Parts: sequence; C-alpha cells; structure tokens
Amino acid sequence: MSKVLEIKEITKNYEDINVLDGVSLSVEYGEVVVIVGPSGCGKSTLLRCLNALEKIDDGEILLDGELINPGNNNLSRVRQKIGMVFQSYELFPHKTVLQNLTLAPLHVKKADKRETEKEALMLLERVGLLSKKDSYPRQLSGGQKQRVAIIRALMMHPEVLLLDEITAALDPEMVREVLDVVLSLAKEGRTMLIVTHELSFARAVADRMIFIDGGRIVEEAPPSDFFEKPKSDRLRKFLDSFSYEKE
Amino acid sequence: MNENVIKMLIRGIGETLYMTFLSVIAGYIIGLPVGVILYVTGKKGLKPNAVIYGVLDFIINIIRSIPFLILLILLIPLTRFLVGQSYGSTATIVPLVICAAPYIARVVESSLTDVDGGVIEAARSMGASNFQIITKVLLVEAKTSLMTGFTITTGILLGYSAMSGTVGGGGLGDIAVRYGYYRWQTDIMIITVILLIVIFQIIQSVGTRISAHFDHRKR
Repeated sequence: MSKVLEIKEITKNYEDINVLDGVSLSVEYGEVVVIVGPSGCGKSTLLRCLNALEKIDDGEILLDGELINPGNNNLSRVRQKIGMVFQSYELFPHKTVLQNLTLAPLHVKKADKRETEKEALMLLERVGLLSKKDSYPRQLSGGQKQRVAIIRALMMHPEVLLLDEITAALDPEMVREVLDVVLSLAKEGRTMLIVTHELSFARAVADRMIFIDGGRIVEEAPPSDFFEKPKSDRLRKFLDSFSYEKE
Repeated sequence: MNENVIKMLIRGIGETLYMTFLSVIAGYIIGLPVGVILYVTGKKGLKPNAVIYGVLDFIINIIRSIPFLILLILLIPLTRFLVGQSYGSTATIVPLVICAAPYIARVVESSLTDVDGGVIEAARSMGASNFQIITKVLLVEAKTSLMTGFTITTGILLGYSAMSGTVGGGGLGDIAVRYGYYRWQTDIMIITVILLIVIFQIIQSVGTRISAHFDHRKR
C-alpha cells in the first residue's frame, strides 16, 4: 500500500504554548486512523494543520507526495483533496441543503451543474435525507446537519477525510445515525483521520489507533492492542477515565 | 390649503425621495466595496493588512467626525464643481453621499464581521479562494444584516436630506425651514414633519419585512 499522507515532525505553537511538539504520522490509502487523547492535547490542531487552517511552525506535510505549504498557490488544490467535517457542522445557514452540497463543486471545481446535483441527490438518499434537500439547516436536527456536513465534504471527492469530533455537539440519541454513516464510509475503503471521544466507535472503525498527549504521539497500535494492552501509563489512565465501576 | 401648497408638498416629497435614494445608492456603490475591504484587511479578516486597514480607518473616522451641517458647508466648492451649483436637491446629493459612504462602509464591515467564522473556515477547507468566500459565502450569509443596515442608512439619509434644507437643499426639509422658520407658517411645517414621519415609517417597515423574509436562520 502507498502513503496518501505523510506528516513529518510537525510543530505548532500558540504564543509560547507548544500545541504540537514533533508529530510524525503517515496514513495509507484506505486506512482509517483514529486519534484520541485528553482535551487540549493537540489532536484537533493536528487535523486543522493538515487542512492548512492552521499554519505549522516546523516540519512537513505531504499529500500524495506534494508538499502542503501555506505560502504555495497549490493550497486550494490540496484542500480540495482533503475534506473536513467539523464539530459544529458549519453548514451555510442561508443556503438550502442542496445548495450547501453543490456550492464548492460548482464554484471551486467548476463542475457540471446537472451532474453535481445528481450526485448530491444520490448522496442525500444514501444518508436518508433526500426529503430534506430543499430545507434550510435550521430546520434539521443536529444529527441530520452532521450527515449533510459529511456528504458535503464527500462532494469534493477528497482523498482523505478529516473528522474533527463530529459527534461531540450531538445529543446521545443522534450520535448513532452519524457514526453509522462513518462506518459505511470506512467499509467502502475511504481514507479517514478521525478525532473522537467515542471509544467504542473508535474500536469498531479504526485500522489503527493513535493516542496523543501533550502535543506528541504517545502510543500507536492496532485497536485490539490499544484497548486491551496499552503500553504506557498515560494511555492506561486515559482509557480508565472512560470506564465506571460501582465501588 | 390652496392648490399651490399641495403641489409644492408633492414636489417636496419627490425631491426628498430622490435625494435619499440616489444618495443611498451612490453611497453603497462606494461604501460596500470599502466595507468589504475593511473586513478583508481587518485583524481577523481573510487577508489582514494593517496599512490598508489603517488608512481607510483613518479617513472614515475623519469624515464621520465632521457634523453633517458643517460638511454641507465645507463641501460647497466640491459640490459647485461637480453639479454646477451648490443649492437644490441634486447638489445636496454630493455631501449626502460623502457623509453616507464612510458610514455605510462601517455598517457593511460590522455585518460581515458578524458572519460565523466557522462557515468561512468550512468554505476555506473546501478550497474556496478568498474571492469565492466573499461572493459566495460572506455576502450571502450577511445579507439579512446588510439589508437591516441598508434600512437604517436610508432612514438616516432621509433625516440628513431634510437637514440640508437649512442651506437651501430642496425637498421637504427645505419647505419646513422656509415656511415654518422664516415665515411662521406653522401649519405647513407640521405637515412636512408628518410627511417625513410617514416616509420614514414606510422605509423602516418595508426594510424590516424584507430582511425578515430573507432570514433563514430563525422563524
């Protein structure tokens, strides 16, 4: 398998806080990598750096062997290949669901209108929201919004999909409908980098687990080893914080 | 009330609307792009540029700190140069536009600043260029707020166009000053005031309704 994404020793500082402190990671085509870690550990920042929404201070990020460099004029092209889904959906409030889906393909990619709309309707059907095509985001539930946001990212045919805590703002009963969509994407071989706090979902979807703490990758393992035989104390403690036992 | 007075009042309404709307439109032709530039070059904008922002900010603050009545007088040479005379409703449009444009630029800037940064980021993450973000996302998402700003600006310019009556500006304000102040014909003055109130109410309620109609965020 070949690498789609290569991250080499990237660092990111906010003022004098070291958010990412030499993170290296590579992702292969079709791989699902799930990143977990305590709040503020830098996992969301890592995703944002990959899409150049944050500028890295040091290191290199390569997509398909091409350097992602905020100063370059390849930024738009690179971003089109990396789809991102955000915690708070970020749908365009004044556009209908269908317009939300077709905006970027039509204007950024200059894709054909009929084809694009056809594809949008197909994807809407797939996530069970075809009837909502003419609704505005405020008329949707959180789970529906997030499903739209996921397929909006797919509309650009990205090579990698970044999911940044996409269920963190959802009511518990809506988490499932969103994660089912992600699971089906994993099954069809999408390359994804997922930041989440849903550990049981992580276990089900991940090919590889990564634990970040203090801006560094502390542990990296297949899900079974990661959850059952954590090597570091820090990961063990982190995993323990999710389980409850009656004393 | 004789026919002549009625004719005069109708012409006054016409002149007032002419001054107000023409200056709003001309004001937006200048103010809207400047407002967009202010937003784009501002600290949290798409392409921060302290020099451009600083210069525009400075000019806008200077013009806005001059009271309109003084601006009317200060600009008489310019008005005479552009229009050929310094009195009458067409001449009043010059100071009205110069007064309105910086105000409009600020209103536009604040409307754009209110657009949720998250959706701009989402557009950026899909590879949209700054120009595409401005035209396809920012201006669209800010449209209800922009319309509210348009309504407020129109109301203010209606008032300012009346104020120009003190220096022979034409319109209802001119009538109110000439008849009410110089000739002590209070009845005519009161009628002009009522007409101004009615025009203002119509502008405000139509504006509010239009922006509510286009607002997809709530309801």
